[in-house]
Amino acid sequence: MQSTRLIVLRRFLLMCAFTIAPIASWANDIAQFRVARGSVYLERSGQRLPARVGTHLQATDTVVTGADGSAGIAFVDNSLLSVGPNSVLAIERYAFNSTTHEGAFESSLRKGTLSVVSGKIAKQSPDAMKVKTPSSILGVRGTEFLVRSGD
Amino acid sequence: MRRHYAALIASLVLGGCATPSQDLVVLLPDKEGKVGTVVVQGQKGKAVLNTAYATARTTTDGGVQRGTASQSEVKDVFSSALAAQPPRPVSFTLYFESGNDEFTEQSKQEVKGLFAEVARRQAPDITVIGHTDLVGPDPSNDALSLQRAERVKSILAGMGIPAERILTAGRGRREPLFPTADGVSEPRNRRVEINVR
Repeated sequence: MQSTRLIVLRRFLLMCAFTIAPIASWANDIAQFRVARGSVYLERSGQRLPARVGTHLQATDTVVTGADGSAGIAFVDNSLLSVGPNSVLAIERYAFNSTTHEGAFESSLRKGTLSVVSGKIAKQSPDAMKVKTPSSILGVRGTEFLVRSGD
Repeated sequence: MRRHYAALIASLVLGGCATPSQDLVVLLPDKEGKVGTVVVQGQKGKAVLNTAYATARTTTDGGVQRGTASQSEVKDVFSSALAAQPPRPVSFTLYFESGNDEFTEQSKQEVKGLFAEVARRQAPDITVIGHTDLVGPDPSNDALSLQRAERVKSILAGMGIPAERILTAGRGRREPLFPTADGVSEPRNRRVEINVR
């Protein structure tokens, strides 16, 4: 009797461990690498982390590619950003309400090349998505465009 | 004077082989050929891009110059960034027989399309939302809608998709695709909506 109870309890705890962990990690995650070729890094609070397909991004992360690098990132509002070689893309602000589709998305292409397919944030509110370069600010009302940052 | 020459030579050399020192923005048509709008604000000028392949280039004095890019120019500058675009999210709807988690004959065929799409992607994230028609009370429909979603999840898990990448939910009878009177058996409402990212 006791052993069955123990087994039930153990199963329950196991279930918690497997179900709660991904949900908790999803809450902070705003995006994921879908493509990572050559050298691709993430800068997060002063640290440099290697990025692979499946690596999650958080708001305020910076994506860096080397001379042979390129990367594609899918955000939770379905915005798709991809960068070519020798690029530095800083995510400065990201917020998305999956119920109302309201949010804010600001990124900064410090150097390199960027391709953007805007998602639900730009669709819901026309001024909510901005892409900056060192010399200009892009207001995005949709949907697909390319940016090369001069340096 | 000498310093000026040095600076001039340096700028010529850098200008000749390094990346150009101006921003370039190109508006593209989307997959359906529609074109959106991007407003490029420079230090002084501003350009509104709203036609396919319209460009904005920043100038050294802080202005913004409008123009048009050829497709070959786009390819030259942006081929790597474009080639790294993640696959677009795709949605599927699968339908069920009345009162259980068996696919309709037609949906059995459509499951193959879902398989192909999932297999094509690296590390896909999948959301599976189950629904019912308006026959029966909330609690049993909540359970049935989740059971339908879980059925799809178990098939995807069988393909080797890790369970933590598949999010399931049952919405019961709350979101009929075709609202009907209470108790109406409506095949179009007995469904699972699958989003593959």
